[in-house]
Amino acid sequence: MLLEIRNLHVSVEGKPILRGIDLAVAAGEVHAIMGPNGSGKSTLANVLAGREGYEVTGGEVLYRGRNLLEMPPEERAREGIFLAFQYPVEVPGVSNIYLLKAAVNAVRKHRGLPELDAMDFLKLVREKLRLVQMDEQFLYRSVNEGFSGGEKKRNEVLQMAVLEPTLGILDETDSGLDIDALRIVSEGVNSLRSPERAFLVVTHYQRLLNYIVPDRVHVLAGGRIIRSGDRTLALELEERGYGWLLDEAARGQAAGQAAS
Amino acid sequence: MSAQPQTRAGAGEAFAAAFRERRGGLPGAGLAWLEGLREQALERFLAVGFPSPRDEDWRYTDVRVLARRLGVPSAGPGPVAEEAVRALAFEGLEAHRIVFVDGFLAPALCAVGPLPEGAAVGGLAEALARDPEALAPWLRLPEGADGLMALNLAFMTDGLHLRLDDGVVLDRPVHVIHLRSGAGASAHLRHVLVLGRGARATVIESVAAVSEAEAVDNQGTTVVLGEGAALDHYHVREAGPRLYHVGAAGVRQEAGSRYVSHDVTLGGRLTRSGIHVELAGEGAECVLNGLYVVGGRQQVDCHTRIEHRSAGAVSRELYKGVLDGRARGAFTGRVVVHPGAQRTDAEQANHNLLLSEDAEADSRPQLEIYADDVKCSHGSTVGELDETALFYLRSRALDEALARSLLIYAFASDVLERMALEPVRRQLERRLTERLLRPEEAEGVI
Repeated sequence: MLLEIRNLHVSVEGKPILRGIDLAVAAGEVHAIMGPNGSGKSTLANVLAGREGYEVTGGEVLYRGRNLLEMPPEERAREGIFLAFQYPVEVPGVSNIYLLKAAVNAVRKHRGLPELDAMDFLKLVREKLRLVQMDEQFLYRSVNEGFSGGEKKRNEVLQMAVLEPTLGILDETDSGLDIDALRIVSEGVNSLRSPERAFLVVTHYQRLLNYIVPDRVHVLAGGRIIRSGDRTLALELEERGYGWLLDEAARGQAAGQAAS
Repeated sequence: MSAQPQTRAGAGEAFAAAFRERRGGLPGAGLAWLEGLREQALERFLAVGFPSPRDEDWRYTDVRVLARRLGVPSAGPGPVAEEAVRALAFEGLEAHRIVFVDGFLAPALCAVGPLPEGAAVGGLAEALARDPEALAPWLRLPEGADGLMALNLAFMTDGLHLRLDDGVVLDRPVHVIHLRSGAGASAHLRHVLVLGRGARATVIESVAAVSEAEAVDNQGTTVVLGEGAALDHYHVREAGPRLYHVGAAGVRQEAGSRYVSHDVTLGGRLTRSGIHVELAGEGAECVLNGLYVVGGRQQVDCHTRIEHRSAGAVSRELYKGVLDGRARGAFTGRVVVHPGAQRTDAEQANHNLLLSEDAEADSRPQLEIYADDVKCSHGSTVGELDETALFYLRSRALDEALARSLLIYAFASDVLERMALEPVRRQLERRLTERLLRPEEAEGVI
């Protein structure tokens, strides 16, 4: 199993956000994490990438059989985890191309590969730029500075394409995208799908899943996965909203409590 | 206890004695007006002493530490090898070079090329010997001058003299290098830069020390810009950890003139940089940029005062500080909009990055506005590196040390990017990357 999350509990500033998540993702699969606002979707994405400020109060996460939660963020990245941010960060004064090159070479070094020289690197980046239909001039601009919402999201997918992760986590990558940008971003992601690679797609809306078709869909609410299914679950959610599922879950919980 | 100010009686006596002994040999000796000025200045110093830490304007400079080390002025220059001067050259910059050692012109180390008609570039002592009356209006004891400024005027040994007649454009910049050899206790340079109507020049001042001996600089600068004149003024301080440097610049701007200052401190034990700009003429513009990147026990105190005295003048001020170790950085930015200075447009910002628990930054924006039709803004921050940006870079596989260094570099280089003179900008960017990054990481960052 590529990723195994077992009974994961996470608090933010003392407040429980994730309350027992179990999830297993095999190589080659795409899993969608859906759910209403405030259900803990972004927390899950950020905890997996190693962001500070999230306290794991229980459970474990194994990535390729190793304890993921022990690794600093840069080690997770080098081991093949990539988080496409919901709000990509502007880094004035650091150029896109510098970041891409430093990132690629950090990963290569970690894997015992020689660093790419300037020519090979540029060749690789140009190829990936075409994938997300970005102009080469973006390489020489400061990371995300002054980029439009769509450009930022495309830049995330560019970074992901260049780094070729084993586990790509997309945190609300569809938010704020118009239909054309959504298509470009999705095609970028789809081109990366392979038997060795898995994706966790965090999204509020079904729309993205028309383009990036998932193998499994999980609904997160109140810090727990309350329903899992195949892609038809996403379609059902689009039609009926989250309300009925939340009601069912609440009834189930009440019944459980009454029984105990 | 007597009301004796900061001058210890002994120190005052030592300076008075040194003055009696040296006065006959100081530049302009024999000129009644200048001797009068020097005497008046010494008296002022003896009366007011060194500035006190209780004095608002000197709250953030450790004046007592400075005063203890400020011995009587050097009697002459110590030896300096030519390599030391070459090491301070900016790669790719063709400039007239004027070198001072311990406060004295070092002719053998200077290189002044052909100058346009109506331009004078050289030493102040030499100019005083040649045409003293032309300098008389610019050498005065300012009202309210503090003890250090008074001491500078009493003992001034030499300095840059730059004079451009109306309309004269100096294409090639002037690079002034001030070196300390380790000989003598204090140096008192006075630079006088006078640009006529529409004249233009660029001056870069480098301050450095070739020895590790303790030394004190007490420098004064007078800048006068005629109507429509423009001066780009760079200060680059990279002295070792035992140089105490005080500089006070007074800038007077006539209508439509433009003064651009880049004030960079990367070295020195204690640096006090004072800039006082008088926007006297309508539509004059000043741009004050500053950067200090220090650590250890270094101290930097940037003290600026911009006076909008006339309508439609513009001032832009940005100072940034990066403080590590137990370093202290202070910024005071006073902007005074005088009555009648309508349509004043003033912006000021000071941002500081603290890299250690023991580092300290003090930021004091001070606005005094006595006109009603004005646009003034100011902002100041003291903070740490942005955690979100740090996580973003680390999530892209960069180790934490590199991520931090990149963000520090980006924060600081924002000031350097405003420099028009590319060789100076490039060199300072390289200095910063050398300090922050390993060579293989530095490639491509600039």
